[in-house]
Amino acid sequence: MTTVIEATGIPTEPGTGIHVPHRRKHLSARLRTTALLSYILLAVLALIYIYPFLISIAGSFKTDADATQHPLSLIPEIWSYAAYQRLFTTVPLLMWTANSTIVTVIVTLGRVFFDSLAGYALSRLRFAGRNIVFAGIIAVMAVPNVVLLIPRFLILKELGLYNSYAGMIIPLVVDAAGIFIMKQFFESIPVSVEEAARIDGAGVFRTFWTVVLPMARPALITLFILSFQGSWNEFAHFVVSRNDPNLNTLTTGVASLTSGQLGSGNQYPLQLGAAVLMSIPVAVIFFIFQRRIMNTSDGGDKG
Amino acid sequence: MAKGIRGAEGRYGWAFTAPAIIIIGVFLVLPILLALYVSFSNWHGLGSPIGNSSFIGTTNYEKVLVDPGLAQKDFGTSIRNNFYYVIIVVPLQTALSLFLAVQVNRRILRGRGFFRTAFYFPSVTSSVAITTIFIFLFTASGAVNALLGWLGINGPNWFADPSGVIHNLLAGVGVSKAPAPLTAPGPLGLQWWDWISGPSVAMCVLIVLAIFTTSGTFMLLFLAALQNIGSEIDEAAEMDGAGALRKFFSVTLPMLKPTLFTVLTLGLIGTWQVFDQIYLTGKGEPGKTLLTPAFLAYDTSFTNLNWGQGAAISFILFLIIVALTLLQRLILRDRDVGRRAERNAKRADARLHAEAAMAARTSTGTGAGS
Repeated sequence: MTTVIEATGIPTEPGTGIHVPHRRKHLSARLRTTALLSYILLAVLALIYIYPFLISIAGSFKTDADATQHPLSLIPEIWSYAAYQRLFTTVPLLMWTANSTIVTVIVTLGRVFFDSLAGYALSRLRFAGRNIVFAGIIAVMAVPNVVLLIPRFLILKELGLYNSYAGMIIPLVVDAAGIFIMKQFFESIPVSVEEAARIDGAGVFRTFWTVVLPMARPALITLFILSFQGSWNEFAHFVVSRNDPNLNTLTTGVASLTSGQLGSGNQYPLQLGAAVLMSIPVAVIFFIFQRRIMNTSDGGDKG
Repeated sequence: MAKGIRGAEGRYGWAFTAPAIIIIGVFLVLPILLALYVSFSNWHGLGSPIGNSSFIGTTNYEKVLVDPGLAQKDFGTSIRNNFYYVIIVVPLQTALSLFLAVQVNRRILRGRGFFRTAFYFPSVTSSVAITTIFIFLFTASGAVNALLGWLGINGPNWFADPSGVIHNLLAGVGVSKAPAPLTAPGPLGLQWWDWISGPSVAMCVLIVLAIFTTSGTFMLLFLAALQNIGSEIDEAAEMDGAGALRKFFSVTLPMLKPTLFTVLTLGLIGTWQVFDQIYLTGKGEPGKTLLTPAFLAYDTSFTNLNWGQGAAISFILFLIIVALTLLQRLILRDRDVGRRAERNAKRADARLHAEAAMAARTSTGTGAGS
């Protein structure tokens, strides 16, 4: 699936070789056995990682009874679309999706823009107090998210933003870690390019927008992926920033399906269908940017 | 540069950072200060805390930490539960992700891309989706028990089983009640016997879930570090005739030390923050054995409207996490690694750390091991 190409084609790694280097031909039998064993091990592990998702997809097309009786099978006894029918009729899945989309789009755009803006200022613009601001950003990065649940609820109530899109979105729209990533990246770009632009008379914002930002593409993509995933999958913040069912996102909505009745609930196909559907956008983003995400050495050097 | 430009730079510097400063100030710094006040107040949720509550000193903290009672016992229980979760999840997720990274880093492995994708994919999905799936997998008649059935094992009713694993093991050797010395009261209102219960059977599922969802993220961290080390050192070690295992432990592992510390730190920070999974699996049930400090803080405030105490638990948790991070830094200071590795690692590490922190937050909701 990935096309990860290594420049160094050195086929050596003792004890694991499939293509045995010629100077060790006499070892090949043993190496082949080891290689085969490690393939089997990896295949089993991969199966363990993938199978839950396959079962979930299959389970969402089963009847309630089928899902309970044949939890392991990948092919439903009777194909049933009842779960999906319910999800699109009685369950307000579309409204949840709309809410998730609104939140994710704004948060992602906001993070990419504000984080790079601040990251650029902290790496390139000399201004009094810059070090203090940067120290503040570092300190904020250290604050564990879960500690913010009660504080965020308190401030949203105080500002009258509880149960509003604004309350769900604005607190997430800037991210200290994102600012840090962008600052690091801008520091790796040579200053000379910007200086040329500035000598030509371009203003600070124009230089940033038309010269520096295009060069920051790799970091922007990283930030985009992380922000998208982060806001689409966000749960805790939406638990404390609203309780209006009309503001349910996919995470809180599906959670209400899941946590409703544990154990007694015989509506697994419904829950699994919802879980499958809500995973599609992040899966799509993942597969689009797969090469970038997985080919870590490239990201490490450039980003 | 002319002075005018410098002056402009100063203005732009503040203008560019202003949105970030304002939003972080209003929605992070200010709320923390407000909650800090609430943790020292008797606010019960009506109106604004300012003006509708009075300062009551450290009473909330005392109720949680010192005064015998339900609040203290619940807190003790949550610490115990989370402690077992942390000490099992952190080593296992680190070891597994390192193992996976080494495996998928092999240049001659066919289908490397496929394996990387398979191992990483669970990290992409939301905590809500993956927990929903796990609840289905681990029902009494679910997939896992069906699998165990093939092996002739009668699986437990996972999410409904509050019995501690160590208690169960002890019962296996005939110790099913607390021996006299262990009935003594231990810290935080729990008997020593309760402290040594081990994670409950239900908690074991969340432990597996955490390892499942975080190993991919950490695998990528290790993979980046392995690729930084490059192949020259590998080759040199091979020329010297080092075997695969020996090479791993005496050459590769020491060079991975910085990344190892990053992963351990992120793991420690994350595992103390489990929230989403607890919310979804039954709010601490069975028998409060899934209660964690993060969830207890939420529940105390939002359900019992005991805001002061909830906020106090939040700040105690905050201190625990900060203390662990500082401890980690202290140990990290005297790392001895090769110069090349150190240079590479430092460059890659800071950025990776930030990215991983962000990514980890994603895959685990607010927690679950990372």
